[in-house]
Amino acid sequence: MWENAIDFFSFTDANVIYVVLGTIILGASAAVVGSFTFLRKRALIGDAIAHSILPGICIAFILGGTKNYAFLIIGAFISGWISILLVDYITKKSKLKEDTAIGLILSVFFGVGILLMTYIQQSGNAEQTGLNYFLFGKAASMVGQDVIVFSVISVILIITVFLFYKELQLISFDEAFAQSIGIRVKLISFILSSLTVLAVVTGIQAVGVVLMAALLITPFAAARYWSGYLPRILILAAIIGGFSGFSGTYISYIAPNMPTGPWVVMVLSVIALISIVFAPKKGIVSRWFKQRKYRRLIQDENILKAFFQIAESNESFGEPKSVAMIRKKRYYSDRLINRIFKRLKRQGFLKQSASGYYLSKFGQRKAARLVKLHRLWELYLTEYLRIAPDHVHEDADTIEHLITPELEKKLEEKLNYPKADPHNSQIPYDN
Amino acid sequence: MITQIDNPVIEIHDLSVSYEKKPVLWDVDMSLPEGKLIGIIGPNGAGKSTLLKSIMGLIPLSSGYINIEGKPLKEVRSKISYVPQRESVDWDFPTSVFEVVMMGRYGQLGLLKRPRKSDREIVMDSLHKVGMEAFKDRQISELSGGQQQRVFLARALAQQADIYFMDEPFAGVDAATEKAIVELLRSMSAQNKTVIVVHHDLQSVARYFDWIILLNMRLVASGPIEETFTPELLQETYGGKLTLLTEISDLIQKNRFPNRE
Repeated sequence: MWENAIDFFSFTDANVIYVVLGTIILGASAAVVGSFTFLRKRALIGDAIAHSILPGICIAFILGGTKNYAFLIIGAFISGWISILLVDYITKKSKLKEDTAIGLILSVFFGVGILLMTYIQQSGNAEQTGLNYFLFGKAASMVGQDVIVFSVISVILIITVFLFYKELQLISFDEAFAQSIGIRVKLISFILSSLTVLAVVTGIQAVGVVLMAALLITPFAAARYWSGYLPRILILAAIIGGFSGFSGTYISYIAPNMPTGPWVVMVLSVIALISIVFAPKKGIVSRWFKQRKYRRLIQDENILKAFFQIAESNESFGEPKSVAMIRKKRYYSDRLINRIFKRLKRQGFLKQSASGYYLSKFGQRKAARLVKLHRLWELYLTEYLRIAPDHVHEDADTIEHLITPELEKKLEEKLNYPKADPHNSQIPYDN
Repeated sequence: MITQIDNPVIEIHDLSVSYEKKPVLWDVDMSLPEGKLIGIIGPNGAGKSTLLKSIMGLIPLSSGYINIEGKPLKEVRSKISYVPQRESVDWDFPTSVFEVVMMGRYGQLGLLKRPRKSDREIVMDSLHKVGMEAFKDRQISELSGGQQQRVFLARALAQQADIYFMDEPFAGVDAATEKAIVELLRSMSAQNKTVIVVHHDLQSVARYFDWIILLNMRLVASGPIEETFTPELLQETYGGKLTLLTEISDLIQKNRFPNRE
């Protein structure tokens, strides 16, 4: 196995280079084309096409009697197109919805395809060996000429998407508007469908018909996590698609009995999983951190407020407070309060003395502002929303952590710098 | 009460439209004046959006024809602009405010052409008019309902059309946005642009529009606001439900019966 790996990376075999480059390009082009079917919410159509080209390949083989690529591709292209037309026709003319139509066409075509393939395998035609690679893919079985055909088609796909980018983006976002400005939506949809069929056709030798849909859909789904800007997503999807195509080829050389399709899908799935978990902003981990940040912010601010309120009630600003005193205001556990104390000390809001913690100058200012916001918001709720004074505390307890300095200023102006809140507590101003 | 006029900017002749085989508009016949702010008013299911869509050529007509500035739609497409309902698109689409407004330029650009500097300037100017300049690089998924509507309006402005069709631009927007939109529509109308708006809120009709179209599956009235916004006509539009017409429509849909031979 290691020898195979060394062979592979030394690229001494010219065919290896061809195949590697070919699969990278086809992975990238399938990802780019698939992105638009995804955006048009027709992600499953790729799966229907992929399964539906199998009978086309078999019929082309039976008619031609050879495994000539150009010939098989034409067969695949025709049966792929027929499947799209049938799905559209069923959706339009019958009561069945699109997903049902896709399921129906996919299984019928694939069933016929398997039937034909079995027939070919039993016919004893010597040419037929290797035809079953179309099921799960075998990148290494490609030879120079096939690779050239595939690569050329893939490059054409990418160029077409680039040329029609504007229109593809528009019909994916707002079809009615596109039609209203005179864009021929049907023509662009037709182009996109043709691109999808071609992308599937070029991908089958490397990935196989069964798993081809993954190469269309997964790169975009993963890339979507890393950016919110379509051109960047497309480039990233192309890189992910290309990389998974490459990894499929690699495994195909180092483990000759392994079909490539499942391996490509494994690589794609790992990339998608990493994206879902670790992507900045949208990933699970980043969301968790953000939530923790807010949770801590609220805890910290609540404790600062408690310090201020105690000091305010018995005129003891600057005197140390114990955990027990704070607990009377906020029912956090001892452990949690101690943790928050340490955090606030680190941030410079609290200072420690022998008998407990007290507010620093800095901390006192911040605490005063929080108390002010809380009381201003209570006043706003009672005056403008006519909510009873005994109902406003809970609301204000959440909102006070959210109010920005701009909103704070507006609130002060709107209420005309009031002196006291609805419960007659003084509103502390910073001067 | 249907006021017909000479030299109309839009002329609709005997228009009937079915939606998924169900007739929703019957024999609409009207002409609309240039440079006015026109409201289409009627209850839910009256066919208000359908009327706009059929004028824009988005759904096939069962019968009748529509002329805009005396010509069929195809010849005047660059002079008209359509603002679909805000909910009709997926605002999670990965693109920016600037890019959406740029879509308003695509009609003029044509196939295979990239936006030019002048297009970018028009886009920025349109964003400025709706007060969304500061949001130009914002993801559209981060916008509020009112901001989404402003973006749609900016896209329409970027088309630099003469006639604007807007489907419920006031639906689900905040008071500030509603006010800003009305002011914008007024200033467009002052520049002799014709603005046709599907509108829901009867309370503001008299304040907003110069001319109204009362619709309930058929055309009840079309005319200047002073003459048309009357209790009798409103009663006719909203009150007397045309149950017989609805039943016939349902029957046609159920039996897949052609409503024209």
